[in-house]
Amino acid sequence: MTLLEIKNLSKIYHGKNGAKVQALSDVSLDITAGEVVGVVGESGCGKSTLGRSLLRLIEPSGGQLLFEGQDIVPLKKSALKPMRRDLQIIFQDPFGSLNPRHKVGKVIGEPLEVHGIGTKQQRQEKVRELLDLVGLPQNAIDRHPHEFSGGQRQRIAIARALALDPKLIVADEAVSALDVSIQSQIINLIAKLQKQLNISILFISHDLSVIRHVSDRIAIMYLGRIVEMGETEEVMQNPQHPYTQSLLSAIPRVGEKRARTVLAGEVPDPANPPSGCAFNTRCPKVMDVCKQTRPELKAQAQGAVACHLFPQ
Amino acid sequence: MTQSPLLTIDDLWIDVGSNPVIEGVSLSIKPGEMLGLVGESGCGKSVTALSIMRLLAEPPMRIRQGAIHYDGQDILAMSNAELERLRGNQIAMIFQEPMTSLNPVFTIGDQIAEVVLLHKTSDKAEAARRAVELLERVGIPAPEKAAQKYPHEMSGGQRQRAMIAIALACDPKLLIADEPTTALDVTVQAQILELIEDLRREMGMAVLLITHDLGVVSQYCGRVAVMYGGRVVEEAPAEELFANPRHRYTEALLRTIPAANPPGVELPAIPGTVPPPGARPSGCAFHPRCSACLDICTEEMPELTGDDHHRLRCWNAA
Repeated sequence: MTLLEIKNLSKIYHGKNGAKVQALSDVSLDITAGEVVGVVGESGCGKSTLGRSLLRLIEPSGGQLLFEGQDIVPLKKSALKPMRRDLQIIFQDPFGSLNPRHKVGKVIGEPLEVHGIGTKQQRQEKVRELLDLVGLPQNAIDRHPHEFSGGQRQRIAIARALALDPKLIVADEAVSALDVSIQSQIINLIAKLQKQLNISILFISHDLSVIRHVSDRIAIMYLGRIVEMGETEEVMQNPQHPYTQSLLSAIPRVGEKRARTVLAGEVPDPANPPSGCAFNTRCPKVMDVCKQTRPELKAQAQGAVACHLFPQ
Repeated sequence: MTQSPLLTIDDLWIDVGSNPVIEGVSLSIKPGEMLGLVGESGCGKSVTALSIMRLLAEPPMRIRQGAIHYDGQDILAMSNAELERLRGNQIAMIFQEPMTSLNPVFTIGDQIAEVVLLHKTSDKAEAARRAVELLERVGIPAPEKAAQKYPHEMSGGQRQRAMIAIALACDPKLLIADEPTTALDVTVQAQILELIEDLRREMGMAVLLITHDLGVVSQYCGRVAVMYGGRVVEEAPAEELFANPRHRYTEALLRTIPAANPPGVELPAIPGTVPPPGARPSGCAFHPRCSACLDICTEEMPELTGDDHHRLRCWNAA
């Protein structure tokens, strides 16, 4: 069952002197109930804008967000509030996302308070359950966030995101700031809770090995558009788009010799994107048509690809 | 072939206030080799690097004991004038975030020329020409134009190239690169690492590459030293270390990374957290998190065992 249908979502940021940055262009993506969809790409590809737009923390400039069939883009604030119970987010930096003045009990229980759920005692009870769920000690309730390490703070952020029993969580680089030995603990926790509670997750990361580990399907983004999408293992083992191929070969892996083509150049300025396919300035397989016409994301034998090398 | 080392660190201890951060680090780097120094936050890898350049904030940091020798000279005994000659000319350093290391109010060309003028006898025009040459060498397109740019007009990758150009200005024998690609996108990271590797090979420059990324170390470094809790816990040629990790920490770290596991399975996680300086446990600092902990591990710091090829500090090595 489709939980969220993202249809032709776009976001334009307006700068000074009429400058425009198209952070998202025509992004369409479905998320099924209980599914983990990974979104991967380099800085400026629009992955965080996408994640935040789903919760309308950023207002989309166009397109639809059909959550259980209802478009949440035109909803007024008051109508949006009940929807927010089902849509939660975990951010990258657990140092910046927790109020340092509040005790952990308050931090985790606040969403319940905001939505007027239960009595004070019931909320307290729920917070205790959540602490257990994310592997934090009960006495955390009366301590402040600064008393916890980065990994533990991310557990607090996860507990808060789970407080309202959401149906979809956006995890925006949720493990990227953590040390290797802590990262795996949090990946395990997210994976365990996702299965146990049957939550859908949009997992945003620049780290393909993390994305591969947790996601059922992945979408690769470049300069505001999805360039390839498919089942995780199919894409990882047989990447179709030249950008996906370059991205995969650029990751240094333990025990593997580096024998690869290093992609030249850098991601173009999103305020001044190239014509045609946005990747044409760096693509090793560029053709004339790539500079003129933008390829559409089209379903292929495997997944979907936006590239002129494939039937359009 | 045994070559005498370019740099040796011998039993180095560094305190911050009354807390030890570096607890007896010994390392050596041979001419022209790339040594990887890996570890998680708070393990002491950056402090070790800064101490080589004598760039520690003293106080609160203080070198309690130990020795650092560069090409036979005792760095810890050097005067400020001697250190000036060492820095840049012999040893250069690049950091994670080039934006904070570059001066925002001068052009890139001027900042490179400044280093050339400071360390080499040349006039301004010659220094400016040299700046353009260096920008070209580090792969910046249209180097004459780039020399006129200010740091904010460049991308992160270009800024790191400019930092490398400054570091190369006086042909150093040793480049210390502290997380040089951590802030960069993965495709740009590959470009910068390839550049550093090219320079190492062409100029015979030794590189100390500090990183938390095991994949980077595995692909670029000849030798690797793994740090934990202010100590080097294991050191070996890269191939050997990754094929045959012997310290329980190295072993656990390699097993826990997602890429080493089939998709979807539970990762073999290391419990607990990295202890911060001042709260490190007795004995082996890793013992509260170790799955193979013995009684002795809780009491005594492991002795250095193994041979020159592969050495480690572990009471219960794999």
